[in-house]
Amino acid sequence: MSTNEKTIEIEVLRYRPEQDAAPFPQTYVVPYSDDMSVLQGLQYIKDQLDGTLSFRWSCRQAICGSCGVMIDGIPKLSCKSFLRDYAGKGRVRVEALANFPIERDLVIVMDSFVEKLESIKPYIIPKEPRPLSAGEYLQTPAQLDAYAQYSSCINCLLCYAACPQVGLSPDFVGPAALALLFRYNSDSRDGGAAQRMPVVGAESGAFHCTAVGYCSEVCPKGVDPASAVNQAKGASVREYFMGFLGKGGGK
Amino acid sequence: MNHSANPRRPAQTRRSPEPIFWALFGAGGMLSALIAPMLVLITGIAVPLGLLLPADAMSYHNMLALAQNPLGKAILLAVVALFFWHAAHRIFHSLHDLGIDAGNGARLIFYGAAFLATLAAAGALLLLGF
Amino acid sequence: MSASDPRPAAPRAAPALPGVAGNPRRPYVRPMAGWWLRNPYFVRYMAREGTAVFVAAYALILLVGLVRLAQGEAAWNGWLEALRSPLSTILHLVFLAVFVFHTVTWFEVLPKTMPPLLVGGKRVAQSAITAGAIAVAAAASLALFGIVWGLTR
Repeated sequence: MSTNEKTIEIEVLRYRPEQDAAPFPQTYVVPYSDDMSVLQGLQYIKDQLDGTLSFRWSCRQAICGSCGVMIDGIPKLSCKSFLRDYAGKGRVRVEALANFPIERDLVIVMDSFVEKLESIKPYIIPKEPRPLSAGEYLQTPAQLDAYAQYSSCINCLLCYAACPQVGLSPDFVGPAALALLFRYNSDSRDGGAAQRMPVVGAESGAFHCTAVGYCSEVCPKGVDPASAVNQAKGASVREYFMGFLGKGGGK
Repeated sequence: MNHSANPRRPAQTRRSPEPIFWALFGAGGMLSALIAPMLVLITGIAVPLGLLLPADAMSYHNMLALAQNPLGKAILLAVVALFFWHAAHRIFHSLHDLGIDAGNGARLIFYGAAFLATLAAAGALLLLGF
Repeated sequence: MSASDPRPAAPRAAPALPGVAGNPRRPYVRPMAGWWLRNPYFVRYMAREGTAVFVAAYALILLVGLVRLAQGEAAWNGWLEALRSPLSTILHLVFLAVFVFHTVTWFEVLPKTMPPLLVGGKRVAQSAITAGAIAVAAAASLALFGIVWGLTR
């Protein structure tokens, strides 16, 4: 590297379960250019400075949802955050996503999320059996618009890291899973709302949400989970007062 | 960290009683968001200080007439009761936010207080007659 | 995965306990204490939730007023007199400021709780819904003042 290269301090919250009792910060000095993402900074550390650093990543283009971390305390995709934006202070803090147990360094344990995702049946449940010969489903632009934004979710879990209720109540189904639940309930091809509404109305369901709203602020895909969760609450209230009619979900 | 009120069955299978309280919270929140600032301005500042409104606007006879009118009764009960239910629900959840393990005991205290306030307001309005 | 894969099998996703032989996993759960001080967004959220304490206090004052009214003219006049104390005026000025904050924050959340509002086939921006609702609250407040003014002057 040339001597006039710019550098930045990257402080990483390390945790190596086989030797550390608790996480601790470790600072690396990393040369950077204006086009370097925080993820590339981490990759520089791993390749050039400290091969023991662990973190998840895959696509480098904000679609795989693997590289979410806390950057200066805010949940972000590290591939979509740039070192130049932290150059003013000369340093940037990187930590594993909040509200999840740390497996190692920047890697979280996300098994609980996968279980929650499964519990909301994130797939179209047809209203009635439909043979292939019936052809494709048709949807109007308005029917598509009813759920399209929620289908942009990439399961990056930034919204979980943004949600204090997830941290306070690990049982809480959480923003992304409820947004996907609402996405399928709002799909004109779907008939599974009655199977999903008990997840909304359960003690671990949507009523944990106190409309903090930060989930929607940090979402890198414009999903707006807060609106899905709170519309799901409304649907659950209607269902609650109408008895168990098996009707729920947005229309 | 587990907040669950009832540890016998997992929280995923227990129906939350929240819809009732959430609906009352929402109704009270909406009513207070619409008129609470003006209501405070009228009852707590303008009338007591005689600013903008006559100092006798809330005289005994005026208020008796309001409280004996069926529509007036309904408005007074809605304001007092729904403000209480709104506040009780929010404070209950704030305990949880502050890390205080607020289970069914806290539910009983806060929603019970809102219920008693509702009863007291309804009782006073009934005593005032029609 | 081929049968000759030399990698060891991934450990099952069980919450490993410290010191459990053969399982080096020891997931670290970070504490939540003080979470709302970590981000200005959360501080504002807690302030929003805190308005409820003031709503409860004001509702209690109104409830006491109702009870005093039911107890007769002397009791009611005592309640009115208490409202004229400087302490009461200061308290109600605090209520006023807090309730204006409640109104603004309540309507900031409103667009999250309703289906998208379509005008001419296009979604109305959430900020526009918030602004519109605050305008409705202002109109409702003016109407309330107008009614009271009309009935009591």
